Amino acid sequence: MLYRESGQYKTSYIADQAIFPIREDRIGMAVIGVVALAIPFFASDFFLNAIMTPFLILALAAIGLNILTGYAGQLSLGSGAFMGVGAYSCYKLTTYFPDVNIVILVLISGLFSAGIGVIFGLPSLRIKGLYLAVTTLAAQFFLEWCFIRIPWLYNYNASGAIEVPVRRGFGDIILTGPSASAMTQYFVVLGIVVVVTLVVKNIVRGRIGRQWMMIRDMDIAAELMGVRPLTAKLSAFAVSSYLCGVAGAMFIFFYLGAAEPSAFSITLSFQILFMVILGGLGSLVGSFFGAAFIWGLPIVLRAGFPALGLNVGAEVIFHVAQMVVGALIILFLITEPHGLARLWQIGKEKLRVWPFPYA
Amino acid sequence: MNARVKHVELHADDDGLNPGDVMLKLENVSLSFGGVKAISDISFDILKGEIRAIIGPNGAGKTSMLNVINGFYHPQQGVITFRGQARSHMQPYEAAASGIARTFQNVALFKGMSTLDNIMSGRTLKMHRNFFWQMINIGPARNEEIEHRLKVEEIIDFLEIQHIRKTPVGKLPYGLQKRVELGRALAMEPDLLLLDEPMAGMNLEEKEDMSRFILDVNSQMGTTIALIEHDMGVVMDISDRVVVLDYGRKIGDGTPQEVKNNQNVIDAYLGVSH
Repeated sequence: MLYRESGQYKTSYIADQAIFPIREDRIGMAVIGVVALAIPFFASDFFLNAIMTPFLILALAAIGLNILTGYAGQLSLGSGAFMGVGAYSCYKLTTYFPDVNIVILVLISGLFSAGIGVIFGLPSLRIKGLYLAVTTLAAQFFLEWCFIRIPWLYNYNASGAIEVPVRRGFGDIILTGPSASAMTQYFVVLGIVVVVTLVVKNIVRGRIGRQWMMIRDMDIAAELMGVRPLTAKLSAFAVSSYLCGVAGAMFIFFYLGAAEPSAFSITLSFQILFMVILGGLGSLVGSFFGAAFIWGLPIVLRAGFPALGLNVGAEVIFHVAQMVVGALIILFLITEPHGLARLWQIGKEKLRVWPFPYA
Repeated sequence: MNARVKHVELHADDDGLNPGDVMLKLENVSLSFGGVKAISDISFDILKGEIRAIIGPNGAGKTSMLNVINGFYHPQQGVITFRGQARSHMQPYEAAASGIARTFQNVALFKGMSTLDNIMSGRTLKMHRNFFWQMINIGPARNEEIEHRLKVEEIIDFLEIQHIRKTPVGKLPYGLQKRVELGRALAMEPDLLLLDEPMAGMNLEEKEDMSRFILDVNSQMGTTIALIEHDMGVVMDISDRVVVLDYGRKIGDGTPQEVKNNQNVIDAYLGVSH
């Protein structure tokens, strides 16, 4: 009733191939856009700093992993480390070029991550599936080791951690550092995530995205249709690692403010993998769903227990959240392998034919 | 949507060959896997513009033959000449680039993609806009996408699958999947189209449809076709020449009539009363 495409005729292929071909979707996106822009003026700093900004950043990281695992079909457990590469390169870049706008440096630091990703993607030309996951696991541990053992990366800081310096930009607004406002950081992150997501959407629905999906679905047929496995797989690794790198740089500069190597441990890799699995493999909107779910669940639980009159410690909430996520992942893998994105799609299809069960 | 489709001609690339010239020539090709000889010393040719059938009992080496032709297997001996160029150790994507397309015995569609995307994937080699144009998707990259969409819509119209354009192919019934797979191969606008059992598992009506499509592709687009098929009625009706394999050897070659009367073929394949 509310969501129906009948009567909306397309008269050109351009209209047919638009990202949101249905009017109701466009209205929905406009509403989300307005809400996203209005949130900072109503929400507390805590809400922006601890919920919205990291959610957007992790959604971008999840998109990164989704490109590799969901679109190109290459399993990876190294996304946390690739985020770390982005973070450390951004830190080094801003050390050498303190006057360059930090947003530009964040976008450039992804390139370093992409380069490292391509190198660790080389084994994918020979091995598949779980075996590839093990080699990306090697990347995870090797890079983590580098973050600890190469003091040059953290400017020989006695603490072994990187501390984000104050950086100004866009007319002397403080963008990073302890004194930056939550609203500024939220808007910067929102801008980067929206633009990068649009670019990724364009890649995914074009020739390159189709090549990734061809390799994923039937690599032999893809080869016989003229796809070179080398370029298709390595470009997926490059784009995926680029996105993870950008997300990692933002994670440090606009969210954490300081980071030890343990911030990019295997735990983060798994967290992002869970976002992708729960959100939906091969779906960009699913990456947002997954990030919102994994990041939001502990926060909801933390607020929910006191609201129910239960007085439980933070440790318990943390453990309950982990148990719930674990149980949900098992449940999803069994009942809906395509995740929340698939549920969203089914919901839309049901609405489209409502009140009838079938079209 | 069809009203606005400009009429786009689909046809095989002009390669300087006239109908009846030799397009593909295999000379003394042998292929073995360890001790198993899949193909021994086979020679035959495919002429431009013809429908060439490859028949034989199960395990005769028919599919291996196609795999050799499109570079998936590399024969240990023999020479393969395609459009006058002898080749050795060609990779599958090079075969695709030189104008050889194929379908598979067990449907090998990209299950997670829609019919439209599957057929668009056949245009991969014809699309050239680089990564940075793809990223912004306005101007050249989008125009290219639309240009190829027009061609793909031609194929969709030709195969009468307009209604399943946006359906994920994994949801389609088998007969339609076979048709989409043919569409995907046609989107490559191949010079030589290899069909591996295009009618396996189909009912009579679907077989008739598929035969009609194959004949139309051959006559309208001028595509040379090599097909493997077990339905003798179909083979004898639509093919110009037939090559018969048995245990990796060639036992017959010629027009359907000649093959039908060849005693070796009758013994090996068409059945002989003992």
